Amino acid sequence: MRDFSYLRAGNIEAARNAAALPGAMLLAGGTTLIDLAKCGVAEPSTVIDISHIEGLNAIDVTADRAVIGALARMSHVADNPQVKNLFPAVSEALWQAASAQLRNMATIGGNLMQRTRCPYFRDPQNFPACNKRAPGSGCSAIGGVTRGHAVLGTSEACIATYPGDLAIALVAFDAEVDLGERKLKVEDFFLAPGATAEQEHDIRPGEVITAIEIPGSAAARRSTYVKVRDRQSYEFAAASAAVGLELEGDGRTVRDIRVAFGGVATKPWRARAVEEALKGQMLDEETVRKASELAMEGAVDHGANHYKIALAPRVVVRAILKLGETA
Amino acid sequence: MTVHDMKHAASDSARLEAVGGRLSRVDGPAKITGAAKYAVEQRLEGLTHAVLVGATIAAGKVIGIDARAAETAPGVLAVLTPDTIMELKGASDWLGNPPAQPTYAPLVRDVTFSGQHIAAVVAETFEQAVAAAALVKVWYDEMPAIVDLSDGKAGDGIPIDAMTKEWGDAEAAFAEAPVRICAAYNTPREFQAAMEPHGLIARWQGDELTIWEPSQWLDGMARTYAEWFGVPFENVRLVSPYVGGGFGSKALALAHSAVAAAAARMLDRPVKLVLNRPQNFTSYGGRAATRQTVAIGADRDGRIQSIVHRGVNETAVDGMWVEPLGSVTSIMYATQNFSSRQNVVRVNTVVPGAKRAPGENPSAFGIECAIDELAYELGIDPLEMRLINYAEQDPHAKKAWSTRQLREAFAAGAEAFGWAKRSPEPRSMRDGHQLIGWGVAAGTYPVRRAHGEAVVKILADGSVVVESSSIDMGQGTYTILAQTAAETLGVPVERVSVKLGDSHFARAGVTGGSRLAGVMTGAVYKAAGQALDELIGLALSDPRSPFQKLQANTLQVRDGRIASPRGEGPELSIAELMSAVGRDRIEAKGDTLPASTTAEERYKNYTTIAKSIPHTEGDYSRYSWCAHFVEVRVDEDFGTVRVSRVVSALDSGRLYNPKLAESQWKGGIIMGIGQALLEEGIVDRRHGRIVNGNFADYMLPTNADIPDIQTISVGIPDPHSSALGGKGVGELAIVGIAPAIANAVFHATGKRVRDLPITLEKLI
Repeated sequence: MRDFSYLRAGNIEAARNAAALPGAMLLAGGTTLIDLAKCGVAEPSTVIDISHIEGLNAIDVTADRAVIGALARMSHVADNPQVKNLFPAVSEALWQAASAQLRNMATIGGNLMQRTRCPYFRDPQNFPACNKRAPGSGCSAIGGVTRGHAVLGTSEACIATYPGDLAIALVAFDAEVDLGERKLKVEDFFLAPGATAEQEHDIRPGEVITAIEIPGSAAARRSTYVKVRDRQSYEFAAASAAVGLELEGDGRTVRDIRVAFGGVATKPWRARAVEEALKGQMLDEETVRKASELAMEGAVDHGANHYKIALAPRVVVRAILKLGETA
Repeated sequence: MTVHDMKHAASDSARLEAVGGRLSRVDGPAKITGAAKYAVEQRLEGLTHAVLVGATIAAGKVIGIDARAAETAPGVLAVLTPDTIMELKGASDWLGNPPAQPTYAPLVRDVTFSGQHIAAVVAETFEQAVAAAALVKVWYDEMPAIVDLSDGKAGDGIPIDAMTKEWGDAEAAFAEAPVRICAAYNTPREFQAAMEPHGLIARWQGDELTIWEPSQWLDGMARTYAEWFGVPFENVRLVSPYVGGGFGSKALALAHSAVAAAAARMLDRPVKLVLNRPQNFTSYGGRAATRQTVAIGADRDGRIQSIVHRGVNETAVDGMWVEPLGSVTSIMYATQNFSSRQNVVRVNTVVPGAKRAPGENPSAFGIECAIDELAYELGIDPLEMRLINYAEQDPHAKKAWSTRQLREAFAAGAEAFGWAKRSPEPRSMRDGHQLIGWGVAAGTYPVRRAHGEAVVKILADGSVVVESSSIDMGQGTYTILAQTAAETLGVPVERVSVKLGDSHFARAGVTGGSRLAGVMTGAVYKAAGQALDELIGLALSDPRSPFQKLQANTLQVRDGRIASPRGEGPELSIAELMSAVGRDRIEAKGDTLPASTTAEERYKNYTTIAKSIPHTEGDYSRYSWCAHFVEVRVDEDFGTVRVSRVVSALDSGRLYNPKLAESQWKGGIIMGIGQALLEEGIVDRRHGRIVNGNFADYMLPTNADIPDIQTISVGIPDPHSSALGGKGVGELAIVGIAPAIANAVFHATGKRVRDLPITLEKLI
């Protein structure tokens, strides 16, 4: 038997203390941890159940900012009228993630901590080499089945795709993650693999996500999340885009635009080159198409994932033009 | 004495409970409420748990196993390896051919595919067995593997002469044809993906073995167990009350089954072994990957002059599977010249197996795409193209069809779909970013026939019990057998209880090839008729019967009450009559075999498929038929294909229960949508290993992928196909869906995708 100890944290301090223990992992909705334990990737020595901590599931939304407690369920956030109204891309990203059953269980904090779907990462028995699991052991994916792997932010150590949807929208709108002692931009919270593929997040022992905060903006109010995938539901993105748009008074010139990609990069990927190319420009299809191509500068494919380089800019184009049409 | 006269109506019966009525599944409430207990859910005293250790290489030798850590782990009772597992005898194959080897080793030293079973750990609890299995260390001498059909080492394979079908001079006629098309069509390795995993509980009591295991063939599997362990067939009892999907995969006792039964024998404790989801992708074969080339030569009016077909399917290094790729090619269209040949290629995989419509399914993908290509080449409507080349008789067997309502299917489907409004040019229909395409394809499946027996008991309280070792895997056996008994006996259907899935019941052959309904309704009809004859005979002749002094020739039973046909004299319930004549039961065993059949022949009939009756036996060629009409929407930027409409018209002959038949047809159509757009076992070519062996990565359609599906029954009773006039249902509807979708994708985009599945990168 793989034994582990189970601790139920009554409050956030207790959770932080326990989280500092070596081999400790937090349990909230359980949809990621139990899955990873079953396939032999997660082998915690201590499981700290934080799901009973009071006050961590609040959803507090004003025009200025949304503060979403770490234990809020994905389905609750997705269905929150204020979130839908002021941060539609956030709601849409959540609705298109996972399945109804998973959204009812999974929490927002846990959602940020979900791991890659790289099949080599998830099969330690057959593929011992994985720099994420065993630093320095190598990457089994490079040279293997790479249809779902990243084309942006990769390294020789790792090409695993960040799988989530919510974080794409969070990165687009400069959201922050609240770790108690410190707050980090979500964009900085996620780490590209570089030479240290095992470090996926800037989170230290003893830190617990308590909330995410999303600043309100005109771009966030006029935003959308477009997800392209092999099947219509319950599937990770082949490519996705969170886009927010603010136009000048003429209704045609871009004042502010936010663009982030999912399904194509090793972390939630903000495409600032696309944003800069479009700010001050008239919103027409040709301009948008040209600007969107910039997002793929520096993209590296591994054969079977080559299609993502063509696909991802088209997803951005669709999202921007969709927002433009709703002027 | 003619006491019952069943009306063979083609249309739905007005009465729910009669044959032809739309009775809901009688096992439905038990399944919905969780009361239905599946085979491996039995709770047994002293149950132990076995977990398998699989090879992590695809080819090579096991040169060492260190089981010490596992053996000393908490709760572990035994670690079985090729060295320590008991010796089993070789078993004959499903045709009844004697074993090639005198012994059988379900745990191997010579590895021929990744995931092959090498060892098994048995422990007191499942968790202990899982943990200990991870401690078993295996050393290998790895050798290069042939990973798939495109592997440079694979070669051209072995010609299977039995698959050759030729008439006329196909190659010469093709060369001379004014219009020619030739293209290659590929289908990937696919899996049955039943929701219920494979697994079993094995218990020995002395030399008697009881196996609780989901099964499509209790008698065949019981025979295999009996032969492996050298015990009489009667000593093996297989129990399979419900089956959570089989799709062809659950008809045979497999290596993991042998391991569990051997472990139970060795430990003298009941053993439960259930394959985890990844093991369900490597412990038995799915549909073999196939390659076909189809060349069609035609005149300028679209009349086919020649078809030249070449096919290849993958098989295992140490096992043979032939996926008959010329099966539809050779019968769908009339042609004077035809040639089909097939090879199989050995690769390092578990031996492929049956998946819904093996053979017909990939065969139809080739010919039904090819005829579509010919139609576009000639500028002829694809539906018209099919009618121009309509086969008025079986072009291969040169026999009349028993019934072929395919023309009616084309007409009914086209009408309901609105095919006449189709714009013929590719890329000519759109809705915003969505390119819209309409496609058509036909499908067929032979009427496979065999024999079965059933016991029908009329009990003292007037209730009826039907017993058969056949099974229900969701297709509705419980329900249609209850309907058959109720109608034949004249009792309300709720007074009939059907007991299936126990090999000690009256025997049945394999539930596969869409044959069970035709076989078993025939057997129950016969057994129930015999029971009714006995009941009426008692009523007329027993001195204690109130009917005895009527001097009537016959009586009739309606709603469980017995009366004379014209209503004079008494009227009794069955229970009252049974009480009057002092009987506690009437029991009749009926079968569909000739009375002269010997015991040995009966055994062969139920435990092998050697006695299956050819579908072209006698004067007729017997098939089910269908025509699928499909609308797809393809995003022009993203390449994503979604099916937005399906209308299918199907000829399965007479339907015993239209509601259940429609459900099976829709299941086949949904499975076909998955095959067309999503399903593919993806192999890491460096390791010869499936990397998407789980339900997150092996893509199956979700509800959101499935549009409204309209099915139309165009069948008529076919007296040459079964006792009650039905033809096969379960496999038919998947045949032709993938080509209909591929044809619709071409109509939408102008791109012809000939490799399944049609994923987005093939269209952007």
